[in-house]
Amino acid sequence: MILSCKETTRLLSQGEDRNLAFGERVALRVHLAICKGCRNVNAQFRFMRLAVKQLARDGDDPKTG
Amino acid sequence: MLAALSAEASFAGRSNLRTWLTGILKHKIVDTIRRQSRERPASALEPDGDERDFDALFDRRGHWEESPQAWQQPEGSLQQNQFFAALEACLAALPERTARVFMMREHLGLETSEICKELGITATHCWVMLHRARMALRLCLEKNWFGKT
Repeated sequence: MILSCKETTRLLSQGEDRNLAFGERVALRVHLAICKGCRNVNAQFRFMRLAVKQLARDGDDPKTG
Repeated sequence: MLAALSAEASFAGRSNLRTWLTGILKHKIVDTIRRQSRERPASALEPDGDERDFDALFDRRGHWEESPQAWQQPEGSLQQNQFFAALEACLAALPERTARVFMMREHLGLETSEICKELGITATHCWVMLHRARMALRLCLEKNWFGKT
């Protein structure tokens, strides 16, 4: 299975929300190995997840919380 | 989020939007969702758009029109209150239901299956909404935060 960048971003996203099938994981790795743009998006998705988790709850200071 | 939005008018000062938004999310989110899923089926009334919204980013073969660039020192942003203000503004700009699903998943850490069940939508619809939220947030942060040099 050859993934386009569009399909890759979708799988990157779904990989956070469901267990990808073995074939999907392989195809994803192959694509990421050759595509810098999709590697950047992968890093950005990860960063956004971290940032949204750190949004303060009930007024905690995000720097300390 | 609906409760949050309707309460916005009465929120005095807005100096601590984060406290307000996350407090509402934390305390009212379940009530709001339950009420809404009773009052109206999740499928129809509120268009969430679909992934075609982002087609412009790709060429016909599905490759990037413009290859995404790495964000510079994103970790440093997490030390800045201004970054979180920008993030909140980007979240607030999402379609309401998309933002709610995204916050349930990534801020509250609920399982996708729980979210789907509570909202009465299919898993596939859930994944589509989460993907749209990430794509939209990525563009918004790039434009409003990481684009600044």
